[in-house]
Amino acid sequence: MSTPSKPETRSISVDYLARVEGEGNLKVRVRDGQVEIVEFGIFEPPRFYEAFLRGRRFGDAPDITARICGICPIAYQMSSAHAMESIFGVKMDGALRELRRLIYCGEWIESHVLHAFMLHLPDFLGYQSAIHMAADHRDAVEKALRLKKVGNDIVTVLGGREIHPINVKVGGWYKVPTKKELEALVPNLEWALDAATWAVEFTGGLPFPEIEQDFEYVSVSHPDEYPFNEGRLVSNKGIDVPVSGWNDVFEEVHVARSNALQSKVRERGSYHCGPLARYSLNFEKLSPRVQQAASKAGLGPTCFNPFKSIVVRCLETLHSVEEALRLIDAYEAPARPDVPFEVKAGEGHGASEAPRGMLYHRYRLDEEGYILDAQICPPTAQSQMSIEDDLRRVLETSLDLPDDELQWRLEQTVRNYDPCISCATHFLKVEIDRG
Amino acid sequence: MSKPKLGVFKFASCDGCQLSLLDCEDELLTVAGAVQIAFFPEASREYMEGPYDLTLVEGSITTPHDLEAIKEIRAQSKFLITIGACATAGGIQALRNWKDVTEFTRYVYAHPEYISTLETSTPVADHVAVDFELRGCPINKWQLIEVVNAFLHGRKPNIPSYSVCVECKRRGTACVMVAQGIPCLGPVTQAGCGALCPAYNRGCYGCFGPMESPNVLALGEWWRSMGVDDRALVNALRGFNAYAEPFREASDVYAQQA
Repeated sequence: MSTPSKPETRSISVDYLARVEGEGNLKVRVRDGQVEIVEFGIFEPPRFYEAFLRGRRFGDAPDITARICGICPIAYQMSSAHAMESIFGVKMDGALRELRRLIYCGEWIESHVLHAFMLHLPDFLGYQSAIHMAADHRDAVEKALRLKKVGNDIVTVLGGREIHPINVKVGGWYKVPTKKELEALVPNLEWALDAATWAVEFTGGLPFPEIEQDFEYVSVSHPDEYPFNEGRLVSNKGIDVPVSGWNDVFEEVHVARSNALQSKVRERGSYHCGPLARYSLNFEKLSPRVQQAASKAGLGPTCFNPFKSIVVRCLETLHSVEEALRLIDAYEAPARPDVPFEVKAGEGHGASEAPRGMLYHRYRLDEEGYILDAQICPPTAQSQMSIEDDLRRVLETSLDLPDDELQWRLEQTVRNYDPCISCATHFLKVEIDRG
Repeated sequence: MSKPKLGVFKFASCDGCQLSLLDCEDELLTVAGAVQIAFFPEASREYMEGPYDLTLVEGSITTPHDLEAIKEIRAQSKFLITIGACATAGGIQALRNWKDVTEFTRYVYAHPEYISTLETSTPVADHVAVDFELRGCPINKWQLIEVVNAFLHGRKPNIPSYSVCVECKRRGTACVMVAQGIPCLGPVTQAGCGALCPAYNRGCYGCFGPMESPNVLALGEWWRSMGVDDRALVNALRGFNAYAEPFREASDVYAQQA
């Protein structure tokens, strides 16, 4: 029999989680060494996108849904455009398709470098922010900012501006760039090859907690390419369906304790979207250069340590730089910027890989092309159960840490996911303390 | 002399406007050196108490909680600037202002009883005094630097209030309405984006909100003469700055006729 002792309760709550996109909080309670409560809460105000999209025309979806997220507007433009195009029977081919891959390269570079260096790295090195970190690591921060800018420059050339670009439309583009305009990006991209390789080495050398999770990884998968905006939905535990099958394999459930709608695999449970999932499911589609950089950084063809997502973000940055150079080299401006189509009624699905994970859109249109029904499942909503699984695991293995260090470790655990709370919020329950 | 304390706050929004600050890759460390970043959760986990010398506010007011929070932020701020279409006009989420928000809540959420929200999405200036409003969806980062710089030097920001048409002329873009027959909101929209959309062969969709004294109904007649129906006109005016007065009033006129 154990000696009766005074129950010890430790509660940690972070009211406003920093260095994430949007407003979230964190609450845990441990009693007598047993984890009682783990809640990753969202207090971002709801904006009701699916509701007000009804009655808008199909062509509004890329511009309107981009405003769900200022960091990954391209992802919203891609998933919504592809969903609409699937209704009209439009297929993106040739240079128009390649340009969509190119603008996605830009978004992955800017978003990944922003997160890895400005938001996540300070956790590993013990700084409150990248600006504090810059006092001791000025060169690294400056190099990262320049690398981030290379990504933003791609988005700006193709899209007009880095945040909420204006050039993507259902059926293609409003205007395609000349070869010369794209070639102007090449010198900086060549610099970025070295910079991204450095970023992989730098982050690969960080200290990582020894934690592996039995994730069900889910990503878009294409037979020949590392995934961006085309392919089936697959997992390492047997899922393999077309994008239109999203609602057949996943469901949105209400967990009373956290007041949150979360996505789960039907009759199974949590799953994990994002760089680690893409990497572990699609490693063989990465170039020899990226695979080599991975192995030098100590990564195998799969990775189940959520803290190492920072290394994988840098590997995907390297991949995006290399892919951008290849796309620009092969580019020949197409005769017209878009594919003609006829508007018709129907239901369409689109899934693409936002920097932080798979983003699914579904729309139903009337015969004039007005939206009757919309469903948007952002990556952070899909990974939310997985985030709470990790918090529980980290908590159980880090109970010896003092409160302030434990709190920081838990914050870092959430930031492993690069969560985008503005995205998630029109979908997740907002936690309301009515006490 | 101590550096001015900067606070960056967020309400209902996409984070894009405060991200503009982090997108100033070449200028970020310089700007960060000129101010003391006292509250900026997107960038730093260090939170310092107010009062703040310069406060940037992104996002619209949509919940009872935020309605109280903005008053407290105002009380803690010497100089308060709103940034972006959400904070200056209510944002795209202001489309609820024409609808039944209870129905919206039921449509999106399985358990509407957990959702606490206001009937409307409104600009910050509807609730507290605002010292300067910087428009755009998103804001232009050069204009943001200009506004911060003007504050640091105690001068008025140089932000033009003329229309996008002026920027098209300056850029040398042929008018897309005249030359290509593409409906464009440029003649009634404030400059600031650099007349991007017309340069990409599309009509302006009004991200920067109404220019000073626009004649929206006159432009609407042009659109009608180009074959645009009233339903499409209403949708065009009810975009990211839908609840800005000139766009709101004109959209109500066409909605009645649609």
